[in-house]
Amino acid sequence: MTTSTEPKTNPIQDGHSSEHRERKWQDYFTFSTDHKVIGIQYLVTAFFFYFVGGALAEVMRTELATPDPDFVQPEFYNQLMTMHGTIMLFLWIIPAGAAFANYLIPLMIGAEDMAFPRLNAVAFWMIPPGGILLLSSFFNGAPQAGWTSYPPLSIVSGKSGEEIWILSILLLGTSSILGAMNFVTTIFKMRIPDMDIHSMPLFCWSMLATSALILLGTPVLAAALILLSFDLIAGTSFFNPAGGGDPIVYQHMFWFYSHPAVYIMILPFFGVISEVLPVHARKPIFGYRAIAYSSLAISFLGLIVWAHHMFTSGTPGWLRMFFMATTMIIAVPTGIKVFSWCATLWGGKLNLNSALLFGIGFLSSFLIGGLSGVMLAAVPFDIHVHDTYFIVGHFHYVLFGGSVFGLFAGVYHWFPKMSGKMVNETLGRLHFILTFIGFNLTFLPMHQLGLQGMNRRIALYDPQFQTINMICTIGSYILAVSTFPFIINIVWSVFKGKKAPRNPWSALTLEWQTASPPIIENFEEEPVLWAGPYEYGIDTESIDGNESVEEMLAEVGAES
Amino acid sequence: MQSSTLDESKVALNYHQAIETAHHGHPDHRMFGVFLFLISDSMTFLGFFAAFLIYRSIMPAWPPEGTPELELLVPIINTAILVSSSFVMHKGQAALKKDDVSGLQFWFGLTALMGIAFLLGQGYEYFHAEFGLTTNLFTSCFFAVTGFHGLHVTVGVLLILSVLWRSRQEGKYSSTSHFGVEAAEIYWHFVDVIWLVLFVLVYLIN
Repeated sequence: MTTSTEPKTNPIQDGHSSEHRERKWQDYFTFSTDHKVIGIQYLVTAFFFYFVGGALAEVMRTELATPDPDFVQPEFYNQLMTMHGTIMLFLWIIPAGAAFANYLIPLMIGAEDMAFPRLNAVAFWMIPPGGILLLSSFFNGAPQAGWTSYPPLSIVSGKSGEEIWILSILLLGTSSILGAMNFVTTIFKMRIPDMDIHSMPLFCWSMLATSALILLGTPVLAAALILLSFDLIAGTSFFNPAGGGDPIVYQHMFWFYSHPAVYIMILPFFGVISEVLPVHARKPIFGYRAIAYSSLAISFLGLIVWAHHMFTSGTPGWLRMFFMATTMIIAVPTGIKVFSWCATLWGGKLNLNSALLFGIGFLSSFLIGGLSGVMLAAVPFDIHVHDTYFIVGHFHYVLFGGSVFGLFAGVYHWFPKMSGKMVNETLGRLHFILTFIGFNLTFLPMHQLGLQGMNRRIALYDPQFQTINMICTIGSYILAVSTFPFIINIVWSVFKGKKAPRNPWSALTLEWQTASPPIIENFEEEPVLWAGPYEYGIDTESIDGNESVEEMLAEVGAES
Repeated sequence: MQSSTLDESKVALNYHQAIETAHHGHPDHRMFGVFLFLISDSMTFLGFFAAFLIYRSIMPAWPPEGTPELELLVPIINTAILVSSSFVMHKGQAALKKDDVSGLQFWFGLTALMGIAFLLGQGYEYFHAEFGLTTNLFTSCFFAVTGFHGLHVTVGVLLILSVLWRSRQEGKYSSTSHFGVEAAEIYWHFVDVIWLVLFVLVYLIN
């Protein structure tokens, strides 16, 4: 790239950087339109709800330590289970994905901000009211019908809690749609002129796939919830068999969103992993286009597999066959990704810091979750373990082992950029070790429980399952403890951490070409794309025969 | 060698121009956003229509026995009003393209009146229906689907009225700056198309 030395002689710069205001801490509590502030707002809000949802899970695991309902009442257990699921999905994982997207997309593509900054702020400010509304239901009888809210159970198990749940999900869903509109427009329209679609970071590809699913799926869930609301309040019977309705129609509409929602929750973190692994392995990503297009393939296939959640709902045989086949086909694009990541690590100069440890943890746990997913796609096996702890084990391996590990990898990777401070690596590694042990101890035994026939979603169980349940409960306590090194690390680093340079990881994507934390409106001058996003280790000799990659990286890093 | 320096200066020139446009003429992507929103919104209707069609295919009789016949006269008049209003509205936008703001106001005002007429017609239909929301599954679907569409018409009318309100301001809309006008029009056409599908599904194929 011949333009690499251009910006230093660029007169545009003067008078421009002096316009930038300083960022004040109060900005984080206002209706700010800066995508970086919004990204942090999303992330901190999501983490707040993560701790709330985690606390609910600890209460549940404490209850499940013994077969009898001696710690909480069964009704309260139902509420805990419903709220835990809803909070973790709609207030933790999905907003956390949006947090990374908001923070990173404009920086990665060299833009000043998102395409619609005000809409972006509106989208964020729907999340706290939605979350508070949901939590407020505890005062008036929280919903008890699970995060799926299947009728007729949801129609008969407490009107007010259920209606609050519906309103809260409608609010959070709207927020998610507005966010997705912003992501797609920004990625398509705001890239710097040099960056074509095949030289943009893979995180942007994964957010394109995610946003497509949000735009196409969420409205259908809204339609289902509006009809459910009518059943609940106005006395119609769309889904109530007693009045001539059909609960299966709800299941179809619900899963038309909620299966893609699984990909909405994992795809952003596929993107995060695709960024983290090459940087810390010092190797180009293996199969850029394969990873990029497999995200789109997952997105498309994700729209036509929903009825695999309904194999036991009286779904006719031919339809089961169709959905079994499409579900198994999803293993292909997912496998392409997993193999590409393994090939990226293979032979790399691994820097085993907290970010990469969580990245590798992601790979190994997500692999188990993915493989048990293929098992569940098989109709006969699915019918056997339907609604057992096997399912609970499976989706926690995907959602915790996948999404949450990927999320932590991203937090450790971009923390220096977001805060301008380095994290403490010792605490970070301790966090990883405790999380990895706690996670496996909690969720691996659940597969066994499920195969032995323990039903999920109930507070009391057969005494023969107690030993394994005890192991799960101990594991969940380790998980709870694992968050302390993390919290201490983050709080300590924000205030007392070592100052981070511009580019502590010698990374090539554009967000590392500006200050840490980035200035308001991101770049002093439009950044220059002088290398692809993942060209690590291949051009150690030179670019254009005069400057080595290391020298150029040092230049970019030295200005901080 | 010479040619390569030439290329370099060309690239540098392009680079400066690119920076100029990025900093001064902030490009307007709002129309793209409106299209994304409408794709998303259409999925809501798709959800309702899919539910309607599933009920239609799995119920032994559709509409269920004892459902009073739907009166067709008012909805047919309504369909005519709504479809023609799309053309009326387009004339308003065409007038603006010639910088004729009063033309825009006339045609958009007419469109708003036609929208209101549609809503009044729907209100008349609701109050004179021989069935209620909870009579049976079909009537519930009828009110849910037409009601949700009516909500969209209401929003459309409000959008048109807000365009009219803002057009009183000198130079607010012109042949070169008319995002609000275009967005309102696209939305109105969208609502119109949805109505045609709805009309066929709910009124015609029983």
